[in-house]
Order: sequence, then C-alpha cells, then structure tokens
Amino acid sequence: MNNVFVYCEIEEGKVADVSLELLTKGRSLANQLKCRLEAVVAGSKLDGVEKQINPYGADVIHIAEDKSLYPYKTLPHAKIVKEVFQKEKPCIGLFGATSVGRDLAPRIASVLKCGLTADCTALEIGDHTDNKTGKEYKNLLYQIRPAFGGNILATIINPETRPQLATVREGVMKKEEVTGNHNAELKKVDAAGLLSEEDFIVEIIERHIEPRKVNIANSNIIVAGGYGVGSKENFALLFQLADVLGGEVAGSRAAVDSGFVEHARQVGQTGVTVRPKLYIACGISGQIQHRAGMDQSAMIISINDDPGAPINQIADYSVIGDLNEIIPKMIKYYKKNSK
Amino acid sequence: MKKFNIVVLAKQVPDTRNVGKDAMKADGTVNRGALPAIFNPEDLHALEQALRIKDKYPDAIVTIMTMGPARAAEIIREGLYRGADRGYLLTDRKFAGSDTLATSYVLALGIKQLFPVDIVIAGRQAIDGDTAQVGPQVADKLNLPQVTYAEEVLSMEKGKIIVKRRLERGVETVEAPMPVVLTVHSSAPACRSRNARLLMKYKHAKSVSELQEMSEDYIQLQKDRPYLLIEEWGASNISADTENLGLSGSPTKVRKIENVVFKAKESKVLSSDDEDINGLIKELIENHTIG
Ligand SMILES: Cc1cc2nc3c(=O)[nH]c(=O)nc-3n(C[C@H](O)[C@H](O)[C@H](O)COP(=O)(O)OP(=O)(O)OC[C@H]3O[C@@H](n4cnc5c(N)ncnc54)[C@H](O)[C@@H]3O)c2cc1C
Repeated sequence: MNNVFVYCEIEEGKVADVSLELLTKGRSLANQLKCRLEAVVAGSKLDGVEKQINPYGADVIHIAEDKSLYPYKTLPHAKIVKEVFQKEKPCIGLFGATSVGRDLAPRIASVLKCGLTADCTALEIGDHTDNKTGKEYKNLLYQIRPAFGGNILATIINPETRPQLATVREGVMKKEEVTGNHNAELKKVDAAGLLSEEDFIVEIIERHIEPRKVNIANSNIIVAGGYGVGSKENFALLFQLADVLGGEVAGSRAAVDSGFVEHARQVGQTGVTVRPKLYIACGISGQIQHRAGMDQSAMIISINDDPGAPINQIADYSVIGDLNEIIPKMIKYYKKNSK
Repeated sequence: MKKFNIVVLAKQVPDTRNVGKDAMKADGTVNRGALPAIFNPEDLHALEQALRIKDKYPDAIVTIMTMGPARAAEIIREGLYRGADRGYLLTDRKFAGSDTLATSYVLALGIKQLFPVDIVIAGRQAIDGDTAQVGPQVADKLNLPQVTYAEEVLSMEKGKIIVKRRLERGVETVEAPMPVVLTVHSSAPACRSRNARLLMKYKHAKSVSELQEMSEDYIQLQKDRPYLLIEEWGASNISADTENLGLSGSPTKVRKIENVVFKAKESKVLSSDDEDINGLIKELIENHTIG
C-alpha cells in the first residue's frame, strides 16, 4: 500500500529507456519515503521481462500479459493500470512523457480524479503548509517543470489526491542499476479476466515504427550545431569533428527547422535532453529552451562569433570566432595531439 | 448524406513562443499582459481537420468550443472566419484556476449539451502548459475512445473513422467507432486562412458579454441576424457541480514559481588563434574529456 509505481512501456519486447530511468528515480523516492517500488508492465510475450527490470531495483512487478496488450492501445492499458492502482493505492505513479505515457496517464488521472503533472524535469519529496488553511502535508511529491515556454520553473503538488501522478521525458532522469542482486516479487494481473470486448473497439490497422537510428541521449560527446552553421552542407564539418572525437551530432531547433539536421537530433525542451561529458555548441545562441536540454552536461564549449551570446554564460570555454575556421583547427590539433 | 456533428476544442493562450525581454517583470515573474493572446497553434490544426471533414460532407456542423475569460470570444470569431459554423464560450468566474482535470470536466459537460456529437477534435496540447491532458481527459469523462497524436483523418464510413497517428518514430493507422475524441498533432496540415466572405459575414459576431458594451442599435442589428451571437455558458447552463470547478476541482496546486536563472559559470574565453585552439585540445585530452 502507498508505494511508488512506475508504468513500464514495452517497445519490441524491451522495457523502454524512459521507464528504466523512472525506475531509478522511483527507487530513490521510495527509499526516501521508506516504501516499496513497484513496476506495472502490460504487453504480450513478457516472459523474463523481470530480468530487465530487476537491475533497477523494483520490489514488486505487476505483469499483465495477453496477446491483445501489444502494441499499446489506450483502453485496455488504461483498464489494467486503473485496476492495479485502485487495488494497490499507490502514493506516486510515474509514466514516461512519450506518445504512450501522455495518452495513458491523463485517462488514469481522470478516472481516479487525481492530479497529474506533465513533463517534469525534477521530482523531489518535501513538506507543504497550505497558506490559507494552515494545514500541513508531509512528504508530498514536488513535481517540478518548466512552464511558459521554459521561462519559469513551477513546483506543482497534489496535496489531497492519491496517487500523485507525473510524466517525465526520456533522458531527463538518469538510469542507474542498483548494486547487488535484486529479485522482485512477481504478481500476475488477470488481464483476460479484466478486459472485455468494449476495451478493443479501437483497432490498429497499420503500424510503421522505425528503429532508433540516432540516439544522442547515450553519447558521451556531442557536437551540436545551430542556425549559425548556416547550411546542411556545412553540418558536414560537425560530423567530421564528431567522428574524430567519437561523438554524435545534435542540433538546435533552429537548425532542425531549417532542415540542416533531422528532428531526432534536436536538443532542448521540445527535443532530447542530454547530459554528455562534453557538449560543443557551434553557432548556437543558447536560448533558454535549448539550454534546458543540455545544461547538465559535464563540460560545455561554445563556439560563437558573438561574445554576448547567452550560451557563453554557461560554457566552460567560449571560443569566440567563426566556426568555419575553428572546427577545422580543432580537428587538426586533435589529430596532432592525440597521437 | 450524414450530418456529422463536430466539436472543435480550442484555447486562447499567451504566445509563449515569443517571450521577449519585456515579457518578464523586474521581479522575475511573467508579465502576461505583454504577451499577445493567440489561438493555440495545435488547435488550429484541429480546426483544419474539422473543416476538411466539412469540405467532404458539407452538411457537417463544426462548432468551436472554448473555455476562458470573456475575451476568448476572439478565437471563436477567428474560427468563424475560417469556416466554423458556430461557437460556444464557456465562461464563469467559477472556472478560474482550473487545472486540466477541472477544465476537462467543464468541456465535457459543454459537449454533452450538444449531443449527439460524432467527433470531438482538440489540439494535442496548448503552448502555455504543454500538458496534452485535456483531450484524453475529456474522452474519459464522456466515456469515449480517443485517438491522440492524429495527423490525418483518412475516412469516415459506416460509423467508423480511420485516422493516421504521428508517433515519435513512425506512424500508426487506427480505426475507431464514432463518437470519438481526436487530438491533433502539429505535423497535421496547417489551418486554412480566413475567408474574405466569412470575415465580412462574421466580423460583427459578438458574445453576450461583448454585446452589453454595445449601443441599442447594434444590439437590434444582432437580433435580426441570430447567427452573429456567440453563446456563453456559465456553470449553471451546463449543470456543473461547483465542487468540481476551478481551484476546488483541481487536484494540482502550484506551490512555487521561480524564474529560470542560469548561474553564469566562470568561462575561459578563447580566440580562434591556432595557439588557443591547440591549448584547448591539449587540456581536454589531459583531463580525459576527449581522447
Ligand atoms: C516552446 C518552445 C520550445 C522550444 N524548444 C526548443 C528546443 O527543444 N531546442 C532548441 O534548440 N530550441 C527550442 N526552441 C527555440 C529557441 O527559443 C531558439 O529559437 C533556438 O534554440 C535558436 O536556435 P539557434 O541557437 O541555433 O539559433 P540562433 O538563435 O539564430 O543562434 C545562432 C547563433 O549562431 C551564431 N553564429 C552565426 N554565424 C556564426 C559563425 N559563422 N560562427 C560562429 N557562430 C555563428 C550567432 O552569433 C548566434 O548566436 C523552443 C522555443 C519555444 C518557444
């Protein structure tokens, strides 16, 4: 009762990265609250799915297995999660802010009449005193998220309703395996018994999902280009630098919108959140929405011909000048010094 | 021909895409007044989907519904200029402070007044909150299926709608029975522009509150042309339970708002000279950042 729950998304038989990241976050929240961490998985052919989840420290895994449960559909998954939540009464429920989580979580919030905060960038435990009533609340979930196009950061709480629901985008939390062997208790959810015809009125006729080609979120070194790179052709320079450094290429929204790079490489509030060892921002001004996706990088180098560009405020090194001149020099001196 | 009854949910939002310097007050809070109020972008994509259905089935009725303050009548007019048939403004002091749950409660009750409805179409999300919650919550409250992230309505036959969805890494085509709730993604076609004839026809469309400020003559003019009236519904018109409205109907509370300030780092400023670049690369190799 009153544990932390994570809804685990399944993609091609694998638990999605965002769910593993949430399990890691959920583990630390559960430790703080001295309660258990429970996972909910719904899908087909889930044999051995616990092997993927165990390293992230769940204490219990609720497994709903039925061939009708993959690929994801709103109504059957909503029914399963609702049933599990009504029975188990979680204090917290976490979902990935993906096309699945953002489709499912609001329905759960609506049917359970509880609060849901979308796209949180931080989750913390804390107390709260209501200004008007003076009522005190202990150990609430602080759901912290950007608002107003990223210009403000709001802390949202759900004082009265349970579970406290939140979605988090991929890459925002860090996934980390727990130490030691962890074997969760498995609980079967009677999917066939719960679901009825009315849950299957929406049918998937066709589905084309591309495998992940680029995954900048997992790269240690990112060479990112912005509008200042100027053209798709010029991005070749960034690919060369990324190539010699063993990194990936990313872009700002302005670069993506101009067609210089594909959307999968966009960093920022409406793109991917990254935290590499090294982030080289070339021709990126560093607007707030871009910084929101990369300011956790261990080291930031900015290459910009404008000394006043906001990116320089968060850069460890600001190289002031033309990127067309600087990047080739970086390649040259890397080749020279790395030997 | 089937007379589809379509409700488009739309929201007037502050234009957070262009938050300039004057949009932040000295104390670090957002100066909402400095931001222009616009038709939420993805709701325009939703309107376009509805209008495309109407292109194909001219008997269809497209109703714009919005919840907001009196001034939100502006976006209903905007919808009329582009081809919507009528609009309803859900407005009441009691609605103020609503989170997505309380908002979807009001919208669902508003939609119920228009039943039987075939399709409810909303934008996927609004740019002032980016939550993407209202569409699915309206669907739940109406006990209807939902198709989120919709990009295109492919067909509507024999009580079923076929919709293409745009997901992170692909597309999915689904068939759902009507009535259904769709939420439309920004990858869907942009909304058509205002139609000159409709602009002439509806430029005097006014809500009940707006009419109160007008002269007798103007009001008389309206009476002769009932299509110019934008209806307003408050909590009592939709039989809303006060408990579920506004702040008391909203489980989420804002505990704190902070201005986002990035701590400026001590950054080393370098030039494009060979010496500087060489030194930088050497440092990075020495501290094992690269190499
Ligand atoms: C709701 C919302 C969400 C958003 N989400 C994102 C997001 O996820 N990711 C994102 O990136 N943006 C996002 N944006 C957009 C963001 O506000 C900026 O518009 C965008 O990041 C700007 O991209 P940029 O820095 O590449 O372009 P610009 O701001 O145009 O900057 C170009 C930079 O290149 C420099 N430059 C030009 N030529 C050269 C040269 N030869 N050598 C060196 N430097 C040069 C210029 O000095 C300038 O600093 C969002 C905006 C909103 C409102």
